[in-house]
Amino acid sequence: MYSEKVMEHFMHPRNVGELENPDGIGKQGNPVCGDVMELTIQVKDDIIKDIRFKTFGCCAAIATSSMVTELVKGKSLEEAERISRQTVAESLDGLPPAKMHCSNLAADALHDAIRDYREKHPKS
Amino acid sequence: MSDDTLIYLDHNATTPVRPEVIDAMLPFMTLRYGNASSVHRFGREAKKALEESRERIAGLIGADPEEIYFTGCGTESDNIALSGTLLKAPSGKNGLVTTAVEHSAILKTAARLESIGIPVAYVGVDSRCRVDMDELKAAAIGSTALVSIMHANNETGVLQVIERAAVIAHDAGALFHTDAVQSAGKIPIDVRRMGIDMLSMSAHKLNALKGVGTLYVRKGIILAPVTYGGGHERGLRPGTENVPGIVGFAKAFELAAAERAETGVRLRAMRDRLEDAVRRDIPDVLFNGMGTERLPGTSNISFAGVDGEALLFAMDNEGIAVSTGSACTSGEVEPSHVLVAMGVSPQMAQSSIRFSLGWGTTDNDIDHVASVLPSIVERLRRISAGVERSGC
Repeated sequence: MYSEKVMEHFMHPRNVGELENPDGIGKQGNPVCGDVMELTIQVKDDIIKDIRFKTFGCCAAIATSSMVTELVKGKSLEEAERISRQTVAESLDGLPPAKMHCSNLAADALHDAIRDYREKHPKS
Repeated sequence: MSDDTLIYLDHNATTPVRPEVIDAMLPFMTLRYGNASSVHRFGREAKKALEESRERIAGLIGADPEEIYFTGCGTESDNIALSGTLLKAPSGKNGLVTTAVEHSAILKTAARLESIGIPVAYVGVDSRCRVDMDELKAAAIGSTALVSIMHANNETGVLQVIERAAVIAHDAGALFHTDAVQSAGKIPIDVRRMGIDMLSMSAHKLNALKGVGTLYVRKGIILAPVTYGGGHERGLRPGTENVPGIVGFAKAFELAAAERAETGVRLRAMRDRLEDAVRRDIPDVLFNGMGTERLPGTSNISFAGVDGEALLFAMDNEGIAVSTGSACTSGEVEPSHVLVAMGVSPQMAQSSIRFSLGWGTTDNDIDHVASVLPSIVERLRRISAGVERSGC
């Protein structure tokens, strides 16, 4: 059902947790019914210096969250903004069709965090 | 425990075939493999074994041999019971009453019948997964032709008081069917005493082979067939009979019945010990269906803050096989319809795991699961987001 990469990220997720004073917070999902993802980012000079995730969800949800943090940590906001739903799924060597919505959630949470950052720190 | 220890706690999904059952089946695959409809001696031998198996299985539920029909599985038995009754019922007396917690074999068949104009009512359950008998009484009306209520729920193990449901059905002039797929061989069944008109069973839930089901139909009830072909099973279920599978089922059912009391005690003790350990070592859990009459080997537990599928894979990684009621279909998490019907919150329903013990489960298995589960749950809880842990 799941690729080795998905299982690897599920069993050994990267960047789990919550930044204490995040520059941006991204939240996606429905706490009443379904997966929930929370991303916190720390940004300096337009680079994502640090990023953490917390996810309530299935293996795919946890793996896509973990992967998205790995994809953007140390990258510029611009690069991060180019991360798409497809990128996340591809980085994990694909997801079962029924689980593609998890990669959507991860990408959306990332963009939500960046948007939140930009709102709090408008470009001069 | 060694690295490749495998612990199977998913007996409600399916079971290993017992050695005695394999021994009983083998001759009918190698030497006496005739088609039971053939006229020559190969056929006659197969036919004899088929009819003997029928008689043995009938005896174990208090039925007559001619009331037992063999099908391919429990699902098929359910389909024939429902469609076979309702497709030929006159309009005005063709309603179905069933419950919100049935297996999809009943629910999907009911939905299909509904789509072609047959009235269907779904009775709810309380927080213990028990059918509300007053609601059932209100639902079983003059136009009801059939009431179908499962004996043991596959997800929670909870038992319904089907004798009472049968009385209510009969008072409304309706027949009573029960899906006994999970209960046959584990809970004593006497179709006469319990007032059951039709009953579905499945071989592979009882340490026999997959691909064999049984439908008991009380004498005098004529069902419309769902499939067509040769005249097998008095035309109700055409198709060459799976004689080895059926012989194996008879053997397995006999073993289960003979060992039932002892098995019940043993499984209940192990299941209770598992639940005790979870209650002691893991905070914020919900025992779904506990405190109610249940199958002795089933336990359904919600672990707040952890997704059921994630927990399932984490346990699978440790060599432990369990199942979860939730399904992820077409991009949405669908929590177990059974737990939702019991009033469990969608999130807790999404966080549930079903442990089902059975033949071959040992005390060591339970001890090992109890010892690794807390850290598995804790790891996933540490990763988890935005969930409330209260209300357990």
